Amino acid sequence: MTNLTSDAPLVLDDITLNSRLLLGTGKYASFEEMRDCHEVSGTECVTVAIRRVDLKAAKGESMFDFMDREKIHVLPNTAGCFDAPTAIRTAELARDLLDTRLIKLEVLGDDKTLLPDPVGTLEAAKELVAQDFNVLVYTSDDPRLCVRLAELGVTSVMPAGSPIGSGQGVLNPNAMRIIRELVDVPVIVDAGVGTASDVALAMELGVDGVLLNTAVAQSPDPRRMALAMRDSMNAGRGAYLAGRMPKRLYANASSPMEGVVGSGSGPQ
Amino acid sequence: MQIQLNGEPRQFERSMSVIELIAALDLPPEVVAVELNGCLVPRSAHTEQLVEDGDRVEVVTLVGGG
Repeated sequence: MTNLTSDAPLVLDDITLNSRLLLGTGKYASFEEMRDCHEVSGTECVTVAIRRVDLKAAKGESMFDFMDREKIHVLPNTAGCFDAPTAIRTAELARDLLDTRLIKLEVLGDDKTLLPDPVGTLEAAKELVAQDFNVLVYTSDDPRLCVRLAELGVTSVMPAGSPIGSGQGVLNPNAMRIIRELVDVPVIVDAGVGTASDVALAMELGVDGVLLNTAVAQSPDPRRMALAMRDSMNAGRGAYLAGRMPKRLYANASSPMEGVVGSGSGPQ
Repeated sequence: MQIQLNGEPRQFERSMSVIELIAALDLPPEVVAVELNGCLVPRSAHTEQLVEDGDRVEVVTLVGGG
């Protein structure tokens, strides 16, 4: 049998990922747990946030010590930024700190919904592309907004399945399918993934990858869930590449209708 | 010298370079990035760039996030 798991890598400008599962680094009980989950998941890209150093805290472990940058790309985000200028400043700091062009752009509208502010997002995306960042942009599942962002030259659009940390899964599968059809850049579902089936569903819709954080970090057994996510990514992607059977209104028997014992001269 | 450091007022005996400020805060330089008066101070300029009285300084690092 030919290689049943072969797949092209996910290319995001000048970085290439062999796993289409991206993970966050937030909300873990410990750095060890975070590192173990990353390893088990097979991810090759994890997000981090940029924040003021806590000058009052005792010096402890650094997150840098728990990320192997030889194996895993670090993708800084602009989480917590509510306007384009702050997001741009954060991106510039991240680029200097990590010596990377990669940025996951987020410009949020409010801290209750954590939905993206579309106007600020477009503004910041345009500026960061002009500054030669490799921009992956968090956005809503509005297909026209995704088209606009793609036209600005971002590397990837990352539509939310549902609000960040809400675990509601992909609420609007049809929107994701439309986004996938309308934009030419990689589409990575980001936000709202709650459990493994959400990942499989997203991949069966034809998107290029999934980014999740809370679904693993806040599972009662994060390592086990990280493995489940890996399996689910493979399952969903495999199903998509294989191609699904059509849906039918009526039944279509799997066993022949003829030759049943005691039957008459044939089918009705 | 009085500066705003991560949003709080801080006093130092004298003005100093960014790299000296990072050392004064007992931070490893490789885990931080620095902004001065709203503009990034690139790593390559940490030794030359001076922090002076009245400056607003932001010192950031990585934390967990999604």
